[in-house]
Amino acid sequence: MRLLHVDDISLTIAELCYRAAVCLPEDMRHALKIAEDAEESPVGKSVLRSLLENADIALAEGLPICQDTGMAVVFADIGVEVLLEGGTLEQAVNRGIARGYKEGRLRKSVVAHPLERHNTGDNTPAVLHLRQIEGDRLRLAVAPKGFGSENMTRLFMLNPTAGEEAVVEAAVHAVDEAGANPCPPVVVGIGLGGTAELALEISKRALLRPLATPAASVAAGNLEKRILERINDLGIGPAGLGGRITALAVHLEEYPTHIAGLPMAVSISCHALRHAEAVL
Amino acid sequence: MSGERVIKLKTPLIPQAIADLHVGDTVLLSGIIHTARDAAHKRMLEALETGAMLPFPLRGEIIYYAGPSPAPPGRPIGSIGPTTSYRMDRFAPRLIEAGLRGMIGKGERSLEVAEACQRFGAVYLAAAGGAAALLARSVTSAGVVAYEDLGTEAVRRLEIEDMPLIVALDIHGGDIYRQGRERYRR
Repeated sequence: MRLLHVDDISLTIAELCYRAAVCLPEDMRHALKIAEDAEESPVGKSVLRSLLENADIALAEGLPICQDTGMAVVFADIGVEVLLEGGTLEQAVNRGIARGYKEGRLRKSVVAHPLERHNTGDNTPAVLHLRQIEGDRLRLAVAPKGFGSENMTRLFMLNPTAGEEAVVEAAVHAVDEAGANPCPPVVVGIGLGGTAELALEISKRALLRPLATPAASVAAGNLEKRILERINDLGIGPAGLGGRITALAVHLEEYPTHIAGLPMAVSISCHALRHAEAVL
Repeated sequence: MSGERVIKLKTPLIPQAIADLHVGDTVLLSGIIHTARDAAHKRMLEALETGAMLPFPLRGEIIYYAGPSPAPPGRPIGSIGPTTSYRMDRFAPRLIEAGLRGMIGKGERSLEVAEACQRFGAVYLAAAGGAAALLARSVTSAGVVAYEDLGTEAVRRLEIEDMPLIVALDIHGGDIYRQGRERYRR
């Protein structure tokens, strides 16, 4: 067994919060540059230029890329040989979130009760997804999610015999309906299969796959390509002001499902696809 | 972010200046504006209905739908981009009727908001969503004027200089989101 003190986890989580909020990942920067070249709309082009300039300013001045630094979603994969010392993983994560958001001057956007709506003041609690893996390491990914895009999440319980065409239509419909709200250009995460809640979870995990890396299968990759083309024919464009680049990528992840169903979830992220990872 | 025509505009907005704005124009806005988003709107509407004091007089005013991140030392404000506007659609027509003349945000608005803009002479300006650190550069001073308990959602008075915006709804019936999408849809 390997002993791991929860204070080390908290400190790492705090650092990841700041890094995720302030540094636009390199793959996204690259995708935005390609999009700027490809965009036909002059206003759309200038929006993409602004987003790149914004990323430079954020990094240089230590400011968040977007003021909505989100609700902190944390994916933790814990090795079977890791033994935690000093508390639970959930406590450690929440202490890290509180510290990261306070010291990083990130916006506190979490309310304690969905109807009473009093701000918790430290952006806790986080949303924690825990999996067990082999080995003696703890893998952490902090992926703060802003709610401009989160509000555009859709779940479809499709007919099991509906097939690929229905999947394409549902994805395009979700992005079309979202329009300018999730701050295009977006990345679209699709979770296909499982149960309703698993489809949603894997749609969010799908967002974390680095841009321009292949899907798990050739078939999934082809489906991603088809959906992306259809989305970029919608005309929504950067900031929704009209243009060719509505989505930068579509990521589709699959899971076995039930004979009677075809759950499909669509999670949308804006260009501020924040995530930062560490292995302890 | 810039559109076809660039217009320098100062607050408070006068009717002639609003009438001159057309969808797609770039506006470089200077002067005083106030932030208010979901929770502040709910309180302001309650104040209007009960005849209580509003955080600021609405006549000729512009509201920025935004909740900033905390200010670093020596700076007036942290990152401050627009939040999604449709959530304020249920409140906006009443505020426009009471004198509000401008809204800054992002995303499509309801038919009721577009109609209120045309009827009372108000304008909706789009800021680039996600360009929050860039937009912070336009803010020269900031301070909370009401609802401090709401944290980032408190009403702030902002002094701004040349904030880059695009006219999204004008008083002539134009809607940049509808028109932009029609133009590029295949």
